[in-house]
Amino acid sequence: MIRVCLLKDLPPGTAVRLDAGVPIAVFNADGDLYAIDDTCTHQDASLADGYLEGCTVECPLHASTFDLRSGKPSGPPAKTAVRTHGAEVRDGVVWVLPSDVPVQAAP
Amino acid sequence: MIGSVTVVGASLAGLSTVRALRSHGYDGRIVVIGAEHHAPYDRPPLSKAFLAGTASESELALLGPDDDGLDVDWRLGVPAAGFDAAERAVTLADGSVVSSDGVVLATGSRARELPGARGLGGVYVLRTLDDAIALKDDLAAGGRLVIVGGGFIGAEVASTARSLGLVVTVVEAMPTPLVGPLGAEMGAVCGALHADHGVHLLTGVGVAGLVGSDRVQAVDLLDGTRLPADIVVVGIGALPNVEWLAHSGLDIAGGVATDASCATTAPGVVAVGDCARAYDVHARRPVRIEHWTHALQQPATAAATLLGASEPYTQLPYFWSEQYGLQVQLAGSRAEGDVVTVVHGSVEERSFVATYERDGRLVAVLGVGATGPFSRWRRSLRAAVAADVALAG
Repeated sequence: MIRVCLLKDLPPGTAVRLDAGVPIAVFNADGDLYAIDDTCTHQDASLADGYLEGCTVECPLHASTFDLRSGKPSGPPAKTAVRTHGAEVRDGVVWVLPSDVPVQAAP
Repeated sequence: MIGSVTVVGASLAGLSTVRALRSHGYDGRIVVIGAEHHAPYDRPPLSKAFLAGTASESELALLGPDDDGLDVDWRLGVPAAGFDAAERAVTLADGSVVSSDGVVLATGSRARELPGARGLGGVYVLRTLDDAIALKDDLAAGGRLVIVGGGFIGAEVASTARSLGLVVTVVEAMPTPLVGPLGAEMGAVCGALHADHGVHLLTGVGVAGLVGSDRVQAVDLLDGTRLPADIVVVGIGALPNVEWLAHSGLDIAGGVATDASCATTAPGVVAVGDCARAYDVHARRPVRIEHWTHALQQPATAAATLLGASEPYTQLPYFWSEQYGLQVQLAGSRAEGDVVTVVHGSVEERSFVATYERDGRLVAVLGVGATGPFSRWRRSLRAAVAADVALAG
């Protein structure tokens, strides 16, 4: 488990980027926490800088959308999923459990 | 319940309508007619990564593994030539006729051309993959590039060509580029990016004509200047592809007229994307929008309408551009007279967010080189507009 930040420092509608070997983006989607790989599978861009709407983040570069719950692309141009990671709150602190699935190369 | 649908147009809006129909549970026949011989592909990279050589043709493909179940009868490479809206019968250029219970008009737009430029070598517009392949080959030889039009296509091609080492001049007829989408103040800021990167920007001067017999040699300006040119790219806007609907009985002035739910005046006929002029609930008037995101999102509404719903499309406009390594993003609808304020970063550092306000209300947000802060302001805009709609409702 990696300590991310205090929950009060990650209010609803915001995201934070975390260096865990590969960068991980942690989102507070209207109260629910999600963690996914930060780098878009289409081209090099940080999804933590993306536009959050419901459980979907839109890449700031080319507007690919990803479902935060599954990591799957829900809109073009991305075709490959990002990995999801565990995210939880304990005593007001946000923690991430990085996935042990290898990173998949973009097609 | 309809049992057959014809989608006229095989680009993002047409494909997105097909996906939306299937995700709504429609399992009838779908025929997609496309003027180009290519399967659906993504156009934004044509002026950027594809032109620069960092994205391949195969990476532009819009169809992916998730589309295997779409079950579409593709008719590519033959444009639609005529339409009988009452019979919902599409006539193709080869004379064949496709009739169905529902029809989706998604024929997009095409690049405006410079009068008299057709047939002259070295002169390009940029709209299709074939346009981009031809331009890319020519840019590889290097030389002097003159771009007619300082809009987003012109600016993106200037940026890409500069990175490839060409000597680039942009000619803009208005005193400031991008006045329409960004307003004069922010248009000037984006126009200044050219000089930052060694591209010459000439403003307030129109083009008199092109010089050359087989191949272009120069561009003559209305002030008498002659700009030597090895390659010319014309980026002076787009026109809706609606001429094929001239005898359809539909209103096609400035795009196919629809209500806020994408319905035309003909039962069972909807229009989406660049070719449509839909009533916009935010602007409170019909508008034709050429943005990629619009072509992606509006089809969900059109598909639902075709299947019997009548919900209005309410998404806020959004578009982006990439110039000189900077992301330029605009959400919302700005208009002349809006008050512009830089709310994050600084214009001088080329990293900022600016807001547009009208009567004290937030109506649009612009970001340049500031993707994270822009995304948060875009959320604020969405909340502000939702509150306004609730008050108005």
